[in-house]
Amino acid sequence: MSQKLDSKIPAGNLSDKWTQYRSSVSLVNPANKRNLEVIVVGTGLAGASAAATLAEMGYKVKAFCFQDSPRRAHSIAAQGGINAAKNYQNDGDSVYRLFYDTIKGGDYRAREANVHRLAEVSTNIIDQCVAQGVPFAREYGGTLSNRSFGGTQVQRTFYAAGQTGQQLLLGAYSALERQVGVGNVKMYTRHEMIEVVTIDGKARGIIARDLVSGKLERHFGHAVLLCTGGYGNVFYLSTNAMGSNVTAAWKAHKAGAYFANPCFTQIHPTCIPVSGHYQSKLTLMSESLRNDGRIWVPKAQGDKRHPNDIPEEERDYYLERRYPAFGNLVPRDVASRAAKERCDAGYGVGSSGMAVYLDFRSNMMNKYGRAEATKAGIENPDEATLVRLGKEVVKEKYGNLFDMYKQITDEDPYEVPMRIYPAVHYTMGGLWVDYELQTTVPGLYALGEANFSDHGANRLGASALMQGLADGYFVIPYTVGSYLSKEIHTKAIDTQHEAFEAAEKRASERIEKLMGIQGKRSVESYHRELGLIMWDKCGMARSEAGLKEAIEQIRALREDFYKNVRIPGKVNEFNPELDKAGRVADFLELGELMCVDALNRNESCGGHFREEFQTEEGEALRDDDKFAYVAAWENNGDSWTLHKEELNYENIKIQQRSYK
Amino acid sequence: MSENMNINLKVWRQPSDQNTGSFETYKVQASPDMSFLEMMDVLNEQIIEEGGEPVAFDHDCREGICGMCSMVINGRPHGPKQGVTTCQLHMRSFSDGDTVVVEPWRASAFPVIKDLSVDRGAFDRIIAAGGYVSVNTGNAVDANSVLIPKDTADKAFEAATCIGCGACVSACKNASAMLFVGAKVTQLSLLPQGQAERESRVVAMVNQMDAEGFGACTNTGACAAECPKEIPLSVIATLNREYTSAKLKGR
Repeated sequence: MSQKLDSKIPAGNLSDKWTQYRSSVSLVNPANKRNLEVIVVGTGLAGASAAATLAEMGYKVKAFCFQDSPRRAHSIAAQGGINAAKNYQNDGDSVYRLFYDTIKGGDYRAREANVHRLAEVSTNIIDQCVAQGVPFAREYGGTLSNRSFGGTQVQRTFYAAGQTGQQLLLGAYSALERQVGVGNVKMYTRHEMIEVVTIDGKARGIIARDLVSGKLERHFGHAVLLCTGGYGNVFYLSTNAMGSNVTAAWKAHKAGAYFANPCFTQIHPTCIPVSGHYQSKLTLMSESLRNDGRIWVPKAQGDKRHPNDIPEEERDYYLERRYPAFGNLVPRDVASRAAKERCDAGYGVGSSGMAVYLDFRSNMMNKYGRAEATKAGIENPDEATLVRLGKEVVKEKYGNLFDMYKQITDEDPYEVPMRIYPAVHYTMGGLWVDYELQTTVPGLYALGEANFSDHGANRLGASALMQGLADGYFVIPYTVGSYLSKEIHTKAIDTQHEAFEAAEKRASERIEKLMGIQGKRSVESYHRELGLIMWDKCGMARSEAGLKEAIEQIRALREDFYKNVRIPGKVNEFNPELDKAGRVADFLELGELMCVDALNRNESCGGHFREEFQTEEGEALRDDDKFAYVAAWENNGDSWTLHKEELNYENIKIQQRSYK
Repeated sequence: MSENMNINLKVWRQPSDQNTGSFETYKVQASPDMSFLEMMDVLNEQIIEEGGEPVAFDHDCREGICGMCSMVINGRPHGPKQGVTTCQLHMRSFSDGDTVVVEPWRASAFPVIKDLSVDRGAFDRIIAAGGYVSVNTGNAVDANSVLIPKDTADKAFEAATCIGCGACVSACKNASAMLFVGAKVTQLSLLPQGQAERESRVVAMVNQMDAEGFGACTNTGACAAECPKEIPLSVIATLNREYTSAKLKGR
């Protein structure tokens, strides 16, 4: 039924593939690069690093972002850190170990060759960022500092307090602005890509909407790079920024790019719980907190005592109990499910009972307080002294996160344990790409969270930043050359070409249709309703019956949207409601595909948990015989065709994942 | 959560920078746990239901880090609380029955796009003029081959936490951008990686800042007082010193 998906994985030993690829890939000479134009959509870590690097190499680059500045892209909000196999801590880390942890963390649903390449270039990323002036945390001797993240037993995470994403993005942004300054990149802010233009089967440009004037613009490129992030906002409430959306990726999907593993969603275990109906987004508390925070619930159901009044022996540190080897640092999917299990069983805390405690007191006192006391020569310190001393250390490590928590909840986490609950955070699924990061449309590439390639069914903490920058700085500059070296005879195509004409017409008809509805309901209300369906039926736990129901509900909601939505204002003006309507319209289609994919995958793996498929202990039960494949969906207008890319594990023995 | 607050809003409405603007008055029901922007969402849903045009305002991450939200609230950029952005300001900072005045950043270098949204492209152009280290991808040496004392790294980090929101400009009676420029110049002048271009950088950034129409600094300190990331005023001293030193060396 399906055309064979060619992942273009190079032959040879796993650890030689990338080196050999780089040594043999076709090159484009500098004179020709000046005549080749590349469009980069999105300016987060993947987009900014790709645009800057390609411009440095001599290509003519046009970069687009919907925000008012490329520096606002949502990579900026990443908190905890970035992984790299530097082994600076001498704790046994290596490229192989990072590769292995990532494949295992992804529950054996990622492609070996891509992940190994990611682990290889991880070390170059840290070097590059430091050279740009990224102020990573350092030790007193001046060397870089590391910490641990979930799903690993080494310390390989580099960080800048709790705002690593900000510092890395500002590094990539400065490299991008440098190229803007010298004229190699033309930057289009407040622009949204709403169509991919294809000519003779190849991506040749985009239609973008200037969000200030509302005008549609045509832009030609020899290649188009989508670096537009994930689609977690399909759930309405997520840790994503308000503007994060699937529109660019979805338009690419409709133009022929297959969408892979759409149901693989990451629910992050440590977020501030929902507090009211009006809530517009959820806020993450970094995974790095699990280095020093212990997660617990009361041993008694419905225990309403103040957490500080519950004695040690009446607390259930359920992660430490269930997973002694990894304890509080189990991967995100495991930690999230365990929290849900406790809350569903009636042990949850807070007014809604849908929260667990993340408690720093014990490490603040016993780990840091005691060490500081020893340093200061205080013998037999009392509890108050230990807390006082330990607090200073905790403040230095996580101060901004603690402040943010207090700001939002009005509770002081230095005194009272944080209350946390899982929330949608990241999407492992995305546009299907081959080893070169090319989608099924020649000339159209997807980088970073927008593609599906490296994290399987669950991403490890501190690996999103690594992948975004790996793709942008070190992968695409080589792989896009393989395509562009064959395009040196293609002259820039006039945007009067009929393909541009037709794409612009499609876009403008769609906008007119939306504006013409003039119904009664706000865009926001549809988005909220879609989010609830997705969270209830395609969230942390899924079932055949629930997914089938969800598909019907989404279809009905979509139909209602096109009858009753009300978009105020006009087309040709600054109109944020219209921008949002276009994005929600796409989410209403994507949501259905996510449920279709989840329904197809009759197994549990990573973040995809089907209630019918679990072990006796409630762990995810994979079915490797039937589902060791990437599900790549082709869009046929109002249905999808499934194409399978079989995953072959030649270097890792595929096994039941255990963190016990 | 169950308690309701009645808030009277006076919001600046301006169709574009080609039109003049004025204040419009609205009544909104809020709850103390809402963020200020969630209260604005409620207002906009209300306006849409009544068939009006919602208030345009910039926002994105709603975690206080992207720097996209702005708003002068009761005369203060990002509102009454110290060290927080508008998106992290909660309604519990106000009282039932309060009248709250909401305006855009006001500076000629930040033209109004619509209502509370302004164009901060000038900041990008200042960075493009010199706010970087010129190191192409692939040129880097091993990250631990250059040691940086922890204190220096911490100070550079502190300056680097600027989110580029523009509150400093908005707070300044002269609409000066010295705190923003000083933060970047301080970060890069502290680090060994920034030394090669130390002098050309500061001159280029200051020239661009002047060309954009930002005002001069008179050391009032309103910028640092209103900065949601609490960038210290000392970065302006550093900027002045770096600039003077570069000029003395004939840059």
